[in-house]
Amino acid sequence: MIDLVRYLLIAGIRLLIGARAEWAGARPVERQRIYFANHASHFDTLAVLACLPPALRRRTHPVAARDYWARTRFHRFIAEDCLRSVLIDRRRESAEDPLGPVLAALASGDSVLIFPEGTRGQGDAIGSFKSGLFHLARQVPKAELVPVHLDNLARIMPKGSFLVVPITCTARFGAPLERIADEPKEAFLARARQAVVDLDTRRVAR
Amino acid sequence: MNGTLLVVIAGILAVLTIASIAGTILARRAATPESRATIANLNARTRSWWIMAFVVGAAVIIGPTATVILFAFLSFVALREFWTLTPSRPGDHRPLFLSFFVLLPLQYLLLGTAWYGLFSILIPVYAFLGLAAIATLAGETSDFLGRSAKVQWGLMLCVYAVSHAPALLILDIDTDPTLLFLYLIIVVQLSDVLQYVFGKLFGRHRFSPNISPSKTIEGLAGGGLSAIAIGTLLHPLTPFSPLQAAGVATAIVIAGFFGGFVLSAVKRDLAAKDWGTLIEGHGGVLDRIDSITFAAPLLFHITRYWFTP
Repeated sequence: MIDLVRYLLIAGIRLLIGARAEWAGARPVERQRIYFANHASHFDTLAVLACLPPALRRRTHPVAARDYWARTRFHRFIAEDCLRSVLIDRRRESAEDPLGPVLAALASGDSVLIFPEGTRGQGDAIGSFKSGLFHLARQVPKAELVPVHLDNLARIMPKGSFLVVPITCTARFGAPLERIADEPKEAFLARARQAVVDLDTRRVAR
Repeated sequence: MNGTLLVVIAGILAVLTIASIAGTILARRAATPESRATIANLNARTRSWWIMAFVVGAAVIIGPTATVILFAFLSFVALREFWTLTPSRPGDHRPLFLSFFVLLPLQYLLLGTAWYGLFSILIPVYAFLGLAAIATLAGETSDFLGRSAKVQWGLMLCVYAVSHAPALLILDIDTDPTLLFLYLIIVVQLSDVLQYVFGKLFGRHRFSPNISPSKTIEGLAGGGLSAIAIGTLLHPLTPFSPLQAAGVATAIVIAGFFGGFVLSAVKRDLAAKDWGTLIEGHGGVLDRIDSITFAAPLLFHITRYWFTP
């Protein structure tokens, strides 16, 4: 049942937005990774998952906001059961470390997918990154930090609209971010954000 | 299924088999890396032709409804490719949604129910006026004229023009309309293939380096004239006499050429080489059906005005 829903979700997203992967620096191999991508639409989690080969998809957990995805049983079913999401408390409603569930997933050797902008950006601009990625990178030093750029997502479903326009989305997976010892948080986050920005081919073309 | 259709299918299979064998021999002989890359692309194109021939052949054998559904799907993918490369702004979101999910299905539904009057004016008149009206509601004025024109171009090319190929099936002609539909596909696609082959073999003088660097005068003349000759020989598929078939083939070969040429100009404008990646060796669906977008309405109207009661 869950496998079927999951299959239909991925097949549906393929039909709707194409979801094509471009491996521009990273290869689709089974290594532990922290994928970090720009966030522009409700579809971006599905888009990245649809781009990953099945073997990698099975062991990659998208990180999603608990306040949104745990609202109803249906939301929870889609997020946790179908997409194998890790739900985090971005409002810090309890005293626990909000990254705790993510670290637990990483401790099992699996990969995670995070959207460090936090909320969906406006249009094409990529917002500044929140500090979660920095803490994850420090606490799980053996995981590769793979930047991912998703194009066209803001055009597929802009913020505030429920209408989907089926424009093809390409996910570009870039070279893993190097780790620099004792790098300050702000410098690391700016470098990570720039790695995603640099993957935007349209900016180069125009 | 009638005898002529079987002969046509057998002919297509024979041509593809010869192409595959020739490609295998050429691949063994290729010496330089450059020629190896060309032959690899040629063989990728041939493999894709097998798949395309199979899909179109299956649709034709199943029946007109399957053919209409296939072309609705091709329009959908082509329009998706068009909007993937063409920039849009948030103010275009509703017109784009309506293009994909209302006007496209409606156009093919009108075809399926053979409501020709509305089929012929839905997009050129009502989408043209209506989508501009709906776009104003978003309140975005920057580049309004240019954006509205892009919305209309996408629909006219990928939906309206493409839908005229399966529209041949609803024409009340003396011969089997399925064969006329195959005639269009065969003549236009062979024209593309032969222009490519003649260009590779004899190409010297570039036709228009700015728009399409691979098109040569030798390719156009050799490929175009051969396609017209084939179009004349294939007159039993059509309601035309041999002489009429020569004239019609000339018209659709020239139209098909300009279809590819105009869409190349659009691609250059958008700084892209191909429309997509769906068809190995060819690029996107729109790269493959660009010539049909211009040739289909022309063949449809020629036949409708002079060869139906």
